[in-house]
Amino acid sequence: MIRALTLCLLAAPAMADEIWVTNEKDDTISVIDTETLEVIRTIPTGERPRGITFSHDFSRVYICASDSDTVQVMDPATGEVLHDLPSGEDPEQFVLHPDDRHLWIANEDDAVTTVVDVDTRKVVAQINVGIEPEGMGVSRDGSIVVTTSETTNMAHWIDTATHQIIANTLVDSRPRHAEFTDTELWVSSEVGGTVTVFDIATKAEKAKIRFEIPGVNKDLIQPVGFEFTPDHSTAFVALGPSNHVAVVNMQTYQVETYILVGRRVWHLAFNRDHSQLFTTNGVSGDVTVIDVASRTALKSIKVGRFPWGAAFRPTE
Amino acid sequence: MFRRLFTVATLAVAAPAWADLPVAITYLRLEVDRPPVLSNLDPVPEDLGLAGAEIAVKDTQTTGSFLGHGYSLTVVSVPPEGDFPAAAREVLKTSRLILIDADPAAILSVADLPQAQDALLFNVSSGAESLRSADCRANLLHTIPEDAARTDALMQVLQRKQWQTTVLITGPKPADLAFAEALRRSATKFGITIAAEKEWTFDTDLRDSTMDEVPRFTQDFPDHDVILVADETDDFGRYVEHNSWLPRPVAGSDGMVPTAWSPVIESWGAVQLQNRFEAHAHRPMRGQDYAAWAAVRAIGEAVTRTNANDPATLRAFLLDPAFQMDGFKGRGLSFRAWNGQLRQPIAVVNARALVTLAPVEGFLHQRNEMDTLGLDAPESACTAFKDPA
Repeated sequence: MIRALTLCLLAAPAMADEIWVTNEKDDTISVIDTETLEVIRTIPTGERPRGITFSHDFSRVYICASDSDTVQVMDPATGEVLHDLPSGEDPEQFVLHPDDRHLWIANEDDAVTTVVDVDTRKVVAQINVGIEPEGMGVSRDGSIVVTTSETTNMAHWIDTATHQIIANTLVDSRPRHAEFTDTELWVSSEVGGTVTVFDIATKAEKAKIRFEIPGVNKDLIQPVGFEFTPDHSTAFVALGPSNHVAVVNMQTYQVETYILVGRRVWHLAFNRDHSQLFTTNGVSGDVTVIDVASRTALKSIKVGRFPWGAAFRPTE
Repeated sequence: MFRRLFTVATLAVAAPAWADLPVAITYLRLEVDRPPVLSNLDPVPEDLGLAGAEIAVKDTQTTGSFLGHGYSLTVVSVPPEGDFPAAAREVLKTSRLILIDADPAAILSVADLPQAQDALLFNVSSGAESLRSADCRANLLHTIPEDAARTDALMQVLQRKQWQTTVLITGPKPADLAFAEALRRSATKFGITIAAEKEWTFDTDLRDSTMDEVPRFTQDFPDHDVILVADETDDFGRYVEHNSWLPRPVAGSDGMVPTAWSPVIESWGAVQLQNRFEAHAHRPMRGQDYAAWAAVRAIGEAVTRTNANDPATLRAFLLDPAFQMDGFKGRGLSFRAWNGQLRQPIAVVNARALVTLAPVEGFLHQRNEMDTLGLDAPESACTAFKDPA
């Protein structure tokens, strides 16, 4: 009896949460245990996995398999691919609408944004946007989706009810990522080296965040992914080949500090209580764990080749 | 009569009829009679350069359609014996934004036309140093890298690898001699030794005899790390590698090659550009295609940001120190204020992979690391870009 209990505990250790990382050049996902900070599972995916996000109840994980031209739907418990969604060509990034039902997908090679109903598995709409759409953000009330296009250098504001573009706003060169707060839209520009903050109501530029790291050449400071703390006081911005993450005060738009991480940092994900931040470092093929309170790097975790996307999964 | 001297084709780009701001770009080309080369394995594409301009206009028009800007691209192709300045005068009646694909003398013959003084011209074909130095013109920007930028990139790689002793084989054509001179200059700049030089003098068909001829030809070279080849028309260089007396890598015009663009560039979103180009042109994208692409993208970026189409406004915007555009090479591209040269990374590649994108880490510059490649301000005799004040 006691023996059986022990065995059971060994087989299913204390339920730690997980960070799921897509490895662009290994066609795998590395699953990191947030307690032990070790890779506990490696799951095969379609070709060139990039964007990754979970359904609201975490029963499904959606993966952009860019070179397979599909979005895969996986059971996170088993790692089994349940089915593919019709995603349009070369899906790179996507965002799940607050209705938990519609995936808004950027089709990088096709200059369109595709809306897919994950229940009926049908394409609901395709919207023509600029060349190389990538960044996808949805407003908190779900009324607006923004697609950023890397070569057109615009944020395209799309009304989610009508699927019509309602505004196009220019940003700096090569926009990569978009996120909404209650009142603001943030867009990072990789080559422009900036983050532009828009006021949602007026769609006018409200602030421009620039970065400067002593000893690092300016043109290597390339903002890509970023994440907000839940209270929207602080943003963590991945700065690509400068190998740093910037910590930005969201009230003053000033950079408070820079944290050295691995090489070519792409995207980030918090753990459950937001005490730790995980960054994907494409060139060094690892994930850096940042202690959010002290703003220091704690550990590097080796993952697959060219880690790109990251998403949090609670296991209870 | 005049019409027979050149051909004109206007490309059907999706310029909306309602465009508030028309942007008329012309691709003006002087055709060349290409010399015969030993191998026909890699013919020069008919649409070299032009295809890059076409794909850039398509890309840029997407942005334009959101802003009410309508881009058009007209191609004027003049036969080798044609009257190039006359064709240019005709073009200048309708277009003030012109990409020139020609030799240095022909480029200057257009830049010096009275009608061209308030136009904005882009050299998309010539790497000649003179055009960035004593023969620079205020109305002429360059998106193709100068030869010196390419050879500097190569020498940075050799220095980084500590392959410091080289020998040089130079072909007989003017382009070979010019490239050899650029190699010598860059070797001096980066501390690389050229221990010996030989001229390529074979007039036989080497395809059947390389195993016999090339070892003998290279046997009397002093010991070296790398064989440099100056063969810019792609004539004999391909027969040197793996046939030399000593087992040594080849670099320069063949082997490890410095170039503005190559199909082996994958990072920095380059795959998307490669895919769009291949779908359009049905062939891989080359350096000259990239130069024309970059010129149109620069025009597009300036029009997008200034909402203007006049050359003076666009030129001022492009030469502003704050200007930066994406070029799929990992660093923002800009124009050098002292000679109008596009500042850009140089890809050092072999046939199958990228060796590195120069500037190579560790080669520092007080202004911008990319200025370690090509003519830096103190090295250029250009004065046309200096403020009159």
